Amino acid sequence: MRRLLALLVVLPLFAACTKKNSNEILIGHFASMTGSEATFGQSTDQGLRLAIDELNAAGGIKGKKVHLITMDDQGKAEDAASVVTRLIDQEGVVAILGEVASSRSLAAAPIAQAKKIPMLTPSSTNPKVTEVGDFIFRACFIDPFQGTVMAKFARENLKLKKVAVFRDVKSDYSVGLADFFISKFKELGGTITDDVSYQAQDVDFKAQLTQIKSTNPEAIYIPGYYTEVGLIARQARELGIKAVLMGGDGWDSPKLSEIGATAVNGGYFSNHYSTESTDPAAVEFMKKFKEKYHTQPDGLSSVAYDAAGILLQAITRAADTPAGITPQNIRDELAKTKDFHGATGIISFDDHRNAVKSAVVVQVKGPVNKLITSVNP
Amino acid sequence: MADFLQHVINGISLGSIYALIALGYTMVYGILQFINFAHSDVYMVGAFIAYFVARAVGMTESPGIETLVILLGASMVGCALLGVAIERLAYRPLRKAPKINILITAIGMSLFLEYFGQVVFGADPKVFPSVLQDSVLFQMGTVPLKSLDIAVLGVTLVMMFALNFLIYHTKIGRAMRAVSTNMNVASLMGVNNDFIISFTFFVGSALAGAGSVLVGMKYPKIDPLMGMMIGLKAFVAAVLGGIGNIQGAVLGGLIMGLSEEMVVGYFSSTYRDALAFGILIVILIFRPAGLLGKYTVEKV
Repeated sequence: MRRLLALLVVLPLFAACTKKNSNEILIGHFASMTGSEATFGQSTDQGLRLAIDELNAAGGIKGKKVHLITMDDQGKAEDAASVVTRLIDQEGVVAILGEVASSRSLAAAPIAQAKKIPMLTPSSTNPKVTEVGDFIFRACFIDPFQGTVMAKFARENLKLKKVAVFRDVKSDYSVGLADFFISKFKELGGTITDDVSYQAQDVDFKAQLTQIKSTNPEAIYIPGYYTEVGLIARQARELGIKAVLMGGDGWDSPKLSEIGATAVNGGYFSNHYSTESTDPAAVEFMKKFKEKYHTQPDGLSSVAYDAAGILLQAITRAADTPAGITPQNIRDELAKTKDFHGATGIISFDDHRNAVKSAVVVQVKGPVNKLITSVNP
Repeated sequence: MADFLQHVINGISLGSIYALIALGYTMVYGILQFINFAHSDVYMVGAFIAYFVARAVGMTESPGIETLVILLGASMVGCALLGVAIERLAYRPLRKAPKINILITAIGMSLFLEYFGQVVFGADPKVFPSVLQDSVLFQMGTVPLKSLDIAVLGVTLVMMFALNFLIYHTKIGRAMRAVSTNMNVASLMGVNNDFIISFTFFVGSALAGAGSVLVGMKYPKIDPLMGMMIGLKAFVAAVLGGIGNIQGAVLGGLIMGLSEEMVVGYFSSTYRDALAFGILIVILIFRPAGLLGKYTVEKV
């Protein structure tokens, strides 16, 4: 017992003396690398590492290599807070990247803000995240924009009148999108026939779908993640529902059409970019991603790649200033980001530190997504 | 009316899945009075065994009876061996320890398998190979009756009768019941306790393997945490029906499936789990030992 106690006392000492290498620039990344949302963290990490490896291969920033420290929060908000504290206090990072889920970004943002370390979230779309303070940035569009884009598209391009909504009640993201979709769609003169919910990790959706079927909508808006949407689409078709399926960027994954097979074909969703994009930056990104990881990038990897790009550019600019690379300097340079040409389009930050960028609406056609239209903010 | 019929069919098809997994819980509990929380994760491993076997022999896109037999066999054998190994390595050393220790070990085992699965298989969902062609058997008004749903219900019922036969009409079944009643006396009568307990885990885990292939056919998305929710519901179904009782597990599963379905169909989808579990609480207030369970006073 005494030996065990001694070990308990000594172990943290070892953990605390991580060597600081002055030839490296440390960036922290907190993500759900395990847990039920592990794919989100892993996809994001792949995108970030691709951008950072590229920069290091090209010589780094003023001869210094950038080192990304990824820490797992297991998809829990409590852990996100403690992991971010550790990244800042023990590892001494100059900037933080993360999270995908808005609920975890919201847990970490007050800490980064209090310790004055800039934090850039690649894909938390809930508006509240950047309202925490002036050190918090985001590299993607926000829920209201994405929700209204789809409502407009349904009403004006597809000329639909009756749409049912099927949301993931556990996710701030899905609930946000559904709410903004509904209010815009009603404003444009459409009717919402039904508004039902499911929970992530469910596998059977037939009860809700049977209920939706009885209200006879022309389309169903499902702002969830591809993990569930594939099964929902299958079961909808099994029940004989022929309505058009629509969704948001959570659909973007090669797995969607693997799980959903033919059932998802013809569905529309709003996204950050299209794999059909002929923009050289996007083409280049997809090529490099495939070379490195041997799979197609999903939406999260691509926004993560851009987020890392924006941050690295800000650090490079900060390195040129007299004060050099300090968190305060990086924050100031981040705020000046304008017309960054990334894989997902041209990105500028507005006064509220949110990315201003265009969205696209794509249609699922087997493993490829056909570009239908592009919507500017 | 058509809606109601559709809800009933959905409910039975979902319920028979719960029932199938509940059988494994109830069987181990019936013999050892021990809840094997790792059961739902053995089920998850079974799904992955079938997935990898299908890929190895190249039959991901060739539905048919042959595919079903091979995958079912591979998954059942794989799970059975895993179940026996878990019992041997994790539970047997604790057999003399208080029950609560084994229970906590089982929870630990469950978490171990879940996170081990995320490391080994990867956390992203995989697509289960198509095993049987789903077709409409016949149409009742506007409501289609699907072959997969019938197959799952059929397999569940067959397994229920087979288990019943095994436990009540075979020699090894008698030994199992003897071990269940009193382990010490059973060993005095020449029953090899270790063998019987291993055998119980063998059969119980093979059931999980069979369940995983059937569920994979119906919901072709598998991931390392797939056992969590379905395992919890199946466990509740087993308790509802009277844990330890084979028919009770099937009845409990069907009630769970139907009540979830009706709650969503006629009340609110948001409260699906809350109301379904509420029904469980009400039933347990009136029948503390479950619907078919025997209530026995513990003698001191």
